[in-house]
Amino acid sequence: MEISRRDLFTIGGKLLVLASAGATLEQITGAEPATEAYKMADHWWGMIVDIDKCIGCGNCVRACSNENHVPDGYFRTWVERYQVTEDQQPQVDSPNGAIDGFPPSTHTGVKSFFVPKLCNQCAHSPCVQVCPVGATFVSPDGVVLVDQSYCLGCRYCVQACPYGCRYLHPDTKTVDKCTLCYHRITQGLTTACCENCPTGARQLVDFKNPKDPVHEFLRHNKVQILKPYMATGAKVYYKDLDGSVR
Amino acid sequence: MIPGVDGFMYPNEIELQWGLLIVLYPYITGLVAGAFILASLERVFKVEAVRPTYRLALLTALAFLLVAPLPLQLHLGHPERSMEMYLTPHTSSAMAMFGFVYLWYLTVVLLLEIWLDYRVDIVRMAQSTTGFMRLVYKALTLGSENVSPAARRIDDKVGYTVTVIGIPSAFLLHGYVGFIFGSIKANPWWSTPLMPIVFLFSAMTSGIAAVLLLYMASVKVKKIPIDMRCLDTIGKYLFYTFLIDFTLEMLDLVHRTYEADESFRSLDFMVHTRLMFSQIILQILLGTLVPLALLAANQLWKFSEAKRRVMYLTAALLTMVGIFAMRWNVVIGGQLFSKSFLGYTTYKVSFAAREGLFTAVGLMILPFVIFVVLVILLPPWPERSET
Amino acid sequence: MLHTAYRPEKEMGLRRIFTDSGHLVRPAVVLIAALGIFLIIRALVIPKAFGQYGHYRPAALMEIRQRPIVYAGQDQCVMCHDDEAKTRAAGKHAHVACEACHGPLASHANDPAAHVPKLPDVANLCRRCHEKDAAKPPGFPQVVTAEHSGGMTCNSCHQPHNPHL
Repeated sequence: MEISRRDLFTIGGKLLVLASAGATLEQITGAEPATEAYKMADHWWGMIVDIDKCIGCGNCVRACSNENHVPDGYFRTWVERYQVTEDQQPQVDSPNGAIDGFPPSTHTGVKSFFVPKLCNQCAHSPCVQVCPVGATFVSPDGVVLVDQSYCLGCRYCVQACPYGCRYLHPDTKTVDKCTLCYHRITQGLTTACCENCPTGARQLVDFKNPKDPVHEFLRHNKVQILKPYMATGAKVYYKDLDGSVR
Repeated sequence: MIPGVDGFMYPNEIELQWGLLIVLYPYITGLVAGAFILASLERVFKVEAVRPTYRLALLTALAFLLVAPLPLQLHLGHPERSMEMYLTPHTSSAMAMFGFVYLWYLTVVLLLEIWLDYRVDIVRMAQSTTGFMRLVYKALTLGSENVSPAARRIDDKVGYTVTVIGIPSAFLLHGYVGFIFGSIKANPWWSTPLMPIVFLFSAMTSGIAAVLLLYMASVKVKKIPIDMRCLDTIGKYLFYTFLIDFTLEMLDLVHRTYEADESFRSLDFMVHTRLMFSQIILQILLGTLVPLALLAANQLWKFSEAKRRVMYLTAALLTMVGIFAMRWNVVIGGQLFSKSFLGYTTYKVSFAAREGLFTAVGLMILPFVIFVVLVILLPPWPERSET
Repeated sequence: MLHTAYRPEKEMGLRRIFTDSGHLVRPAVVLIAALGIFLIIRALVIPKAFGQYGHYRPAALMEIRQRPIVYAGQDQCVMCHDDEAKTRAAGKHAHVACEACHGPLASHANDPAAHVPKLPDVANLCRRCHEKDAAKPPGFPQVVTAEHSGGMTCNSCHQPHNPHL
């Protein structure tokens, strides 16, 4: 009987699963988790988005929805399609957040492009500022998170976000938002949206990692953040962002 | 196309976060602040003419203040967690700080002032009533029945001090509500430093109108003669505060129109379409210009008593409607447009839901029920209740 | 000296002021008692270590980190599927992650036998990326599928792991 390489890997994989199951069990029982090697102080997370690479396939939206069980009709990330006439008046659509991509455009002869949106992980976050109880916060590694067991559901933060990135989860009745896949990035994985972006239009970056390509990227490209006049300290940088984007 | 949406909204913006109950919240808090400021007119500024409404205004303020947190509480996703606001208040959050301003105002200002003012009556009733009511009044005396002239003089002095502290507190209470909206830089409809002061003056306007209505209602119920000098004076104050309020709101409008920043086209469109009825017709025309004209006429010409009564009644009722419309336009209007300035959504009031119309109506009736209970417990007319 | 002078009427007056303002102590006591009870309750129910990193519950960080992973990630897939990985690496889809087309498969990676992935729905899958749209970057390969294939599915001609003909 011949054992193929795949079978070997399968067995190995099963062993790995056993090991990782052990880790989860530890986590559940509250013992020291296996991922304690992760040091929050060593990271400062953000994202770079290359507009010219986005093809509007909606993979990121679907991936986010699957990974984070985002309720129907609400979005932690979405993609907008801009169609801008010469007077710079944009026509924007984002059918169901582009979770199924876009129907072909009917406009011709206008400038058009896609803009993926997500929480900008602001360093001076207006949503965190207004939370009355400390249920939303910027983590030591620079991710804006919501404590689901502490949130009142007052929705002041939803009002304070200039980018429309927050919503009230219809089941938990607490505010929900992009976590920058905190459960993944703290285990060495990238976010679900970046993992599934076929063109590399969005990339998770760690500003504190000197080897991260972001440093090269920021040196060589003209970048912009959304609504810079809001002075939110947004950490999602857009390359080739058009002036008509809001 | 999404029903109720024109143009483009960020997908999470389609649903409004703050509904009818959050409209009620600044409305009710405003009535508290307004009623209290009217009461303090008599006490601090010695406006003798409004004396008949002094206690009435205090009880009105208390009745509404007790209800003020309820709409907030009911709209929360997790009402059972609301105590966190006091346990771990976030000092950078206007909403968290409001909780403390509220408690300060309720206990140190309003309850104390009412207690000091009513102490003589409370002690008297603790001695004259029997049964359960006696126990209630006994508890309200806090165990001291010293109402000697000297003690009453001290009460009066302390009460005066409390009122003096109370005026800035009332300003703070409602100014803070304005700040909750005015400090949201993401929302150009809200974000203006004028917001706290506009809220303050609209609060005074609605509070004075409410006390005027309650005074007219109470003399009707009690069948006591109406004090026209009092009514005229309240009418005069209503006119002046309303005028300042209207001027401030127009200043805001003119400023926005003249500056015409990037949000202007979007907001202008909204005012001319989705807010046409509630802003232009209800708030500005019916709710402001008509009552202002009625009140102004009374400053210029002398009408017969019967006419004046009808005019004040109409003006006060319309004022209440107008200020309610103003709260609606701020709270709801601020969520109808997209922060992308590219689209508009619609707000539909539900009926039986937790944040629906029935709850709102119930919450608006509740302060009047509390008011009646308070009036029975602490009659504002001691000289009549003795007879 | 003045202060040694005995002035009974003055002392009486002071005492009167004390007794006549004695009732004011009572609301103060009620207030302070309420404040004290509040502070005790607060100390008892405030979450453990609140404020350790900032104004929030530090345990929330670990709770969020422990949420389950749904997309296994590239590295997991190629551990077993090295043939496909090689084919893919040689072609235009080299940088498209496996799960971008095959869907979330952490469950499969954790227990390959129990969770067998379904083949993707090719008719819709390819179009999402390659249907012509003016908003797509001009260099990106895109076709009007109705004209391009005449109803045939994409994988009748293109091999998805290395789509070049």
